[in-house]
Amino acid sequence: MALLELTGVTRSVRLPDDRVLEILRGVTLSVDAGEHVSVVGRSGTGKSTLLNILGLLDSPTSGEYVLDGTPIGRLSPRARARRRGDDFGFVFQQFNLLPGRTALENVAAPLMYARGRAFWARFRIAADILDRVGLGDRLDTMPEKLSGGEQQRVAIARALVRRPRVILADEPTGALDVDTGGEVMSLLDEIASDTGAALIAITHDLAVAARAQRHYRLADGTLHPITLGAPGQVTEWVGDRPVSSPQHAVPSTFTSTSTPTQAPA
Amino acid sequence: MTGVVGAVVEAWDELRIHKVRVLLALIGVAVAVTAITGITAAAQMMNQVFTEQAERFGGRATTLMVSAWPTGSTTPSPETYDAEFTRVVERYGIEYASRELFTQLIFRFPTGAQQVQAQVVDVDYGAMRRIQPVQGSWFVPSDVDRFAPALVVNETFLAQLGVEELGAPVTVVLGGDDPVRSTVVGVLKNSWAEEGPTVMMLSEHFARWATPDPMWGPVVPSLSLWVPPELADELTGLVRRDLQAALPGTRAEVYQQGEGFDVLEGGVRWVITGIGGVALLLGGLGLVNISLVTVRYRIREIGIRRSFGATSARVFFGVLMESVVATAVAGAVGVMLAIVVIKNIPIEQIFGTPLDDVPPFPTSAAVVGMVSATAVGALAGLIPAIVAVRVKVIDAIRY
Repeated sequence: MALLELTGVTRSVRLPDDRVLEILRGVTLSVDAGEHVSVVGRSGTGKSTLLNILGLLDSPTSGEYVLDGTPIGRLSPRARARRRGDDFGFVFQQFNLLPGRTALENVAAPLMYARGRAFWARFRIAADILDRVGLGDRLDTMPEKLSGGEQQRVAIARALVRRPRVILADEPTGALDVDTGGEVMSLLDEIASDTGAALIAITHDLAVAARAQRHYRLADGTLHPITLGAPGQVTEWVGDRPVSSPQHAVPSTFTSTSTPTQAPA
Repeated sequence: MTGVVGAVVEAWDELRIHKVRVLLALIGVAVAVTAITGITAAAQMMNQVFTEQAERFGGRATTLMVSAWPTGSTTPSPETYDAEFTRVVERYGIEYASRELFTQLIFRFPTGAQQVQAQVVDVDYGAMRRIQPVQGSWFVPSDVDRFAPALVVNETFLAQLGVEELGAPVTVVLGGDDPVRSTVVGVLKNSWAEEGPTVMMLSEHFARWATPDPMWGPVVPSLSLWVPPELADELTGLVRRDLQAALPGTRAEVYQQGEGFDVLEGGVRWVITGIGGVALLLGGLGLVNISLVTVRYRIREIGIRRSFGATSARVFFGVLMESVVATAVAGAVGVMLAIVVIKNIPIEQIFGTPLDDVPPFPTSAAVVGMVSATAVGALAGLIPAIVAVRVKVIDAIRY
């Protein structure tokens, strides 16, 4: 049984002028425990919306989302929040570290919502995981004193501190240079593999996407499996049929082309 | 359990990190709590000052003033009065009692013999009237057995003896038919600037050595009884009845003295409480204002916490707790400030008299201050907490 499974998920929002904007149109996705999946797509194609639905931060307009055998639609908001804290770790593009708190306090923050031993031992657990990401000597450093790569490593440590079953990474290297981004992704892959967590990364960057075992492209609100070959070579699959054509090629770096009529990312 | 502890720890962390903001918001609350607590405590202190001052003149609450004035030409002998007074005191087990008599006595000063206003009392009189000599001491029970009279005099009396300090034993001859050298054991502050010499002596010494001037009429002592307030009414009737029966030819009178004072009575209490309440409300409004601004500023942080699994209830409780914890701390600071202020009031300089029984800082005032502050914190935190819960998680993370 898959760890998480989306079937025909749609998400639409009503705009101020009363028009309905369809962001996701029947997305179907299945991810197993420990699997690494990447989703690429241009800005404004609904990647972040998909990630928010997967991470229980948002709800689908229609379709079904089953997490480890539990239909999410049947959970109360409180139960969803608990599942979110227990099962998911988030890595954001802008790191989203809590201001005014040290690296240790940032990593310990998710454990404030844990129960039992994990709550009481939160600082020790946080120190261990910071050590694991190579920041054992920066525990008491404020985020603003850390480099971008170090901040993202703190964010990764924070995402992993509750030993989630799924890590959701939203453009994890978007704010980093190529080399640092590569190091951060290696670390993320390595730790996710070590802990057996599934990793779902959404990215513009084909190099980042290529690290995953399975790859998808989100375009016009629909999800298509793709195969990443040599740089710039993308094979898109429609059902069981490979469609390799220049018009489906994905540039190595996406640029924002969002217009008011496009769905928000 | 961990949820509640977590929310409190989280709230404390927020306060720790945003110290300056919190400090600014809470100054008003702390000052208001200081005002409420301090005014209540100060009023209680003033009550005590006024009560003690009143007790020095009229006796403690409740003192029964007992007299039996002759209605005809015959007057019971001083021994009869003593016997009946003693019987009353023993019958009702009264702990503090003193006979009282005002008369004139002749003393031989270095400048010559002079009639002096004299008050004849018992040892208990000192405790009943809170008498505090400025030099020496009040009578003690063993003074009754002295071979010569002991005296407690005022400053003028001592000055007329040519003595400034009661260091070495000071004696003075009590004149009359049977002159006796008496010893000054204590000196009282003059009641007013130009007061003449006055003296106090024990009833037993007066009976033994003094010769009252007949021109002042028959010697009719009265009796003061310090009784528990709850028994005062009952004893008033009983003592009057007993003395009336025991001393025929007199009119026995018993009346109560020394009612308690209460500065914070009725309207005054409400006015003070009202002013404190308004001050607290204004402090609370400042807190609401700053909390609202802060919640807006913290929208992203709230979104991030939601991604950690924070429920709406936890976010609501957390923001509310920040306010409650902050105002509770402010309340504690306010109460401590009030204690420091009240404990350092120079009572003697302000009221011209020291306090015998300095009242402890009123617990009720401290509790009222703390509870009010915390309640204001809860109210002030309510609106920001509702705003925080209504934040959309996705928007918050991208904020």
